[in-house]
Amino acid sequence: MPSQLVDKYYRTESLPHIWCPGCGNGIVTRAIVKAIDNLGLNQDDVCIVSGIGCSSRASGYLDFNTIHTTHGRALAFATGIKFANPKLHVIVITGDGDCVAIGGNHLIHTARRNIDITTIVFNNNIYGMTGGQYSPTTPTGDRGTTAPYGNIDANFDLCNLAKAAGATYVSRATVFGANMIIKQVENGIKNKGFSFIETITICPTYYGRKNKKGDSVDMITDLKEIAVNKVSYEKLSEEQRKGKIIVGELYKGKRPEYVEEYNRMVESF
Amino acid sequence: MGTLQTLYVVEEWCKGCGICVTFCPKKVLEIKDDKVAIKDLKACIQCGQCELRCPDYAIYLGGQ
Repeated sequence: MPSQLVDKYYRTESLPHIWCPGCGNGIVTRAIVKAIDNLGLNQDDVCIVSGIGCSSRASGYLDFNTIHTTHGRALAFATGIKFANPKLHVIVITGDGDCVAIGGNHLIHTARRNIDITTIVFNNNIYGMTGGQYSPTTPTGDRGTTAPYGNIDANFDLCNLAKAAGATYVSRATVFGANMIIKQVENGIKNKGFSFIETITICPTYYGRKNKKGDSVDMITDLKEIAVNKVSYEKLSEEQRKGKIIVGELYKGKRPEYVEEYNRMVESF
Repeated sequence: MGTLQTLYVVEEWCKGCGICVTFCPKKVLEIKDDKVAIKDLKACIQCGQCELRCPDYAIYLGGQ
């Protein structure tokens, strides 16, 4: 028998999920569900929207209003859902390839509009589902099936991207610090505007294997070592900052929310 | 320690990754035949670290 949390919020008949042994996606998905449970939201008032990729399979396992959309377009679908039903808590589950490669334009414009959607990116640094091609978040020099000698591209800093595009809540956490993900998803849902939560997850099958990072346990232990909060990061020297990831709530802003602004415009006629 | 909760394993969902075994602060768990097994329930302090990081929902603290 599964736990009460899983029994209540998952479509348990579809479990066990298809994710590989040691994949971090299950940890992030549980953290999202736990955050929804902590906030006491009614399942019918939540809509989970996902795109395409390993992470985006999460919507199929969850017992809310869910929609599994096309590659990169989860935020476009989510915008429509939020407009049609402003009372719904719209949560987007997406991956690094889905959100910032093919869906990159949707991300910057959804952030620019500051529409009340909470986006959780499962960043595993690679395209897992299609066989380990390098993604916009594969660190420079790291390998993928399409970068057998190392990736020469600079990788995106997703949180800086979301902040610059206009998101009003931006945070980052790792699967080692799953409690931090729970707190951030709660705060992201509570924020009236576009919330962007980057979760650093692990892909032992492709990213780990291609880059000799060991198994899932080694990869999670690495995340524990390299994650530092903003205050500690600022105290580090340039040399010590190499390879570190800043975690925590990185930006909170306040701007008019898109649907409210739209309705105000409609009412003015 | 209170005994309000106890550990449960959903064996058929476990993929044997060993994350719970590594992060259990009291070494309660082990991997046996590629699945998680409870080695020493008495040592469990009900911290929930295993449940927090189990990617497969195969271990959890529940009411007795």
